[in-house]
Amino acid sequence: MEQVAFFAGAIGALGGAIAVIALRNPFYSVLALVVHLFSLAGLFLLLHAEFVAAAQVVVYAGAVMVLYVFVAAYIGGFEEPLWDAIPGQRILAPLVAGALFVELSIAVLGSGLKSLGSEGEVIPIGFGSPEAVGRLMLERFLIPFEAASLLLLIAAVGAVVLAGRRPEPEGRVDREGMV
Amino acid sequence: MSVTTWGWLIIAFPLAGSVLIGLLFRVLPAKAAGWIGTLAIALAFACSIGALLAMLGHPAEEREFANTLYDYAGAAGIPFDLGIYVDQLSVFMALVVTGVSMLIHLYSLAYMGSDAGYRRFFSFLNFFVFSMLLLVLAGNYVLLIVGWAFVGFASYALISFWYRRRTATAAGMKAFVINVIGDIGLMFAAILLIKEIGVSDYGSVFERAPEAFTTNEWTIVAICLLLMLGAFAKSAQAPLHTWLADAMEGPTPVSALIHAATMVTAGVYLIARSYPLFTLAPTAADIAAFVGLFTLLMAATIALAVTDLKRIIAFSTMSQIGYMIVGVSIGAYSAGLFHLMTHAFFKALLFMAAGSVIAAMAAVQDIDRMRGFRRAMPFTSAAMIAGALALAGFPGTSGFFSKDEILAFAATRGGMYWIFAVGGYIGAILTAFYSFRIVFRVVYGEPCEEARELEQGHIHHGEPINPATGEREDTDVGFPGPEHHIAEREWPMKVAMAVLAFGALFGGLIQIPGVTDVLESFLEPVFAASPIAAGVHVSTTDAYIGLAVGGICSLLGIGAAFYMYMVAPGSTVRLRDRFGRLHDFLFNRWYFDELIDALVYRPVVACGRFASGTFERVVVDGIVRGTSDGVGGLGTVVRTAQSGFVRFYALLVVVGLAVLGLYFLLAAS
Amino acid sequence: MGTTWYLVLSALLFAIGAGGVLIRRNPLVILLCLELMLNSANLALLAFGRHLGNADAQVFAMIVMVVAACEVVVGLGLIVAMYRRRIPLDVDENRGLRG
Repeated sequence: MEQVAFFAGAIGALGGAIAVIALRNPFYSVLALVVHLFSLAGLFLLLHAEFVAAAQVVVYAGAVMVLYVFVAAYIGGFEEPLWDAIPGQRILAPLVAGALFVELSIAVLGSGLKSLGSEGEVIPIGFGSPEAVGRLMLERFLIPFEAASLLLLIAAVGAVVLAGRRPEPEGRVDREGMV
Repeated sequence: MSVTTWGWLIIAFPLAGSVLIGLLFRVLPAKAAGWIGTLAIALAFACSIGALLAMLGHPAEEREFANTLYDYAGAAGIPFDLGIYVDQLSVFMALVVTGVSMLIHLYSLAYMGSDAGYRRFFSFLNFFVFSMLLLVLAGNYVLLIVGWAFVGFASYALISFWYRRRTATAAGMKAFVINVIGDIGLMFAAILLIKEIGVSDYGSVFERAPEAFTTNEWTIVAICLLLMLGAFAKSAQAPLHTWLADAMEGPTPVSALIHAATMVTAGVYLIARSYPLFTLAPTAADIAAFVGLFTLLMAATIALAVTDLKRIIAFSTMSQIGYMIVGVSIGAYSAGLFHLMTHAFFKALLFMAAGSVIAAMAAVQDIDRMRGFRRAMPFTSAAMIAGALALAGFPGTSGFFSKDEILAFAATRGGMYWIFAVGGYIGAILTAFYSFRIVFRVVYGEPCEEARELEQGHIHHGEPINPATGEREDTDVGFPGPEHHIAEREWPMKVAMAVLAFGALFGGLIQIPGVTDVLESFLEPVFAASPIAAGVHVSTTDAYIGLAVGGICSLLGIGAAFYMYMVAPGSTVRLRDRFGRLHDFLFNRWYFDELIDALVYRPVVACGRFASGTFERVVVDGIVRGTSDGVGGLGTVVRTAQSGFVRFYALLVVVGLAVLGLYFLLAAS
Repeated sequence: MGTTWYLVLSALLFAIGAGGVLIRRNPLVILLCLELMLNSANLALLAFGRHLGNADAQVFAMIVMVVAACEVVVGLGLIVAMYRRRIPLDVDENRGLRG
């Protein structure tokens, strides 16, 4: 049963990921990412991280992705030209990414952590429950928690500043992207 | 009070005067500045007398006192301290310097009266006296150099006093540059001395010198030659003498004080003070004596031909200092110093009288235009005659006794030193001739236009002109003032000149051989260690023979001048035309300026041009630009990595990550 | 399922995300690929957390999510600002900072 769930989630995640990078229309890419996030949430459940899975769905797929959808709708579609400005990028990029994957796999599969093959430790009841995560956040990780909230505040202010309307004349844009 | 306390006070008063006038110069009324300056020097003179009296309270052999205010040995790394050394020689020099300075300050009170830079003048003049006193009272060679350098600066500041006159500033720079050459010599001498002996204060140096050096060893000869370099630059001996004639661009009191009575005698003082070192290096002493002799004769011949009144007196100074240098180099220490004192009197007097005459001539200094002032300016004429008599060595005057004492010593020493005696007597004839050349041209004869105006009662007022170039000038700050002051109308000038005339005429009475001998016996203990002074004794008979010969020489010179100017006027013009080339040679001062220009100035300027034009442009700039171009080129190469494409940078990041991962994988296996 | 499966999956997702960043030219899509990479890291974190029985990994994963959200917010703000000023939304066009 668990394997079925794992493979379903894995295929969903992989499919979503490939769709993100392959689809031409950015709107479709956003939707593919949403699918990917949902699949990942399922995988998180398998890993006994219930609270994180819920947060993934509600916050990430729910709020952040909606933001993406809004912006993608605002910007509209955009056909990417076929030619590449950087010579060799089209060839090198997959190669390098592939090399990275191979290395990481070798690291994982060939590592001396033989016990990685097994399921691991015995998980206590309530391992990933909100209560356990909450307790950790407020007791051991209080400062990172507060710092993260500060970071959110700064990001929000920054975004408002960046995207706010400014009373400037809209000028011509030259090739290099300077006004 | 102890002798050294008096010594410190002697230095302190002129310094205080200079600083006070300098700080308050905006609020001080002009005359007040003058009186403060004069008072400061008068107090210094009083302290010198105090020091003398305190010193006389001690027995003759124990009259050397040293006193230190602060020891720099630890801080500066070289052994010297802020100390003075008061012995008979220093007190004598201090008395001469402060006495003559006091009178010249008094003279300047009136003479510089209408100058816009009056206060600056007195501040600088006081500073000069302070530096000169520091020089003569310094207790070690390093402090001597400090005083030496200050004196050089004061000389520069006062020569260029009328700083908007280009000839004056050029003369100031010339004087300073030549003095710096002398300073270098002096500094190297001090460095060598400290390196060889390890101390710099007089007492220790003179004590240890005989053990540290053998006679005529090259180190001590080098030290003495370097000291002489300094002395010759400061005292305007050949070949470093060209600055003195140009230094006459300064105001007349400056010429009187610095370039006649005091600063130029610093070289004589240095050689006299360092006599133990010169005793160990007789070669150097002889070279010094020959340079002095050469200068003596050269300057006397030039004084026969030049026509600027102040320049004649300047060359006369050069010549007389030659006598002094000869004196202290051959061992006639007290005689040389006696001549220093009498020369201070009569030379300052001559300059003062010349200043008065030039004022009457509305700043014209050309002797060809001056005639017949004896009715218009009787006092000045009398002063001039008194000074000329003393300079010529007329029997009975101070110059008579002092000059001939040196020559008698030279004759007594015998051997090679007869040259000095003979040369000296020839020089005496020339001296007498040119001193009365001045007198007969300026004082006697038919009154010139300016003199006639003065007889009517008003001073001639010409356009303000530069006496050297004749160009028109302003009378504002940086130029001489509009009014001219003559002795007949200003009592300070009269008082100063009267005192000096008295000294010039009767000052010799303190050193009549065999009769008074005051000065010699006073100074004798200072030079007691000198083998020459111990070995050579001028007997009274020889002294009187010397005096007689000197008297004859002076009368010969005066007579010749009388004949050529009074009895047969025009004979000099005919002589000049006959010996045209010789006259030109003398008139152009033996072409020394041109010689230095060709030998020193042009090569140095060429080097400079090469350095700035070629070396700087090609080598230095080449290296700098080459380096910068290289770096720029390297930068251009590295620049290609900054393509501006974000995805390219991202690619580099991922590649880097992959490489790192590969490394760790390989390292782990 | 052994932890290895999860880790390999995470590595694959990470590589896909990296490739996407390098290949795509639309800044919006590049941001999406960055999200891919971040999430793959989250997966690996949680896999190890489950393996070791340590719930700290879950807190860590939450913080990563927060950071990702901030980054998205700022990035999207930038893209909106670019769009407003009629700057072409193409990372290759915007190379004014070339050396």
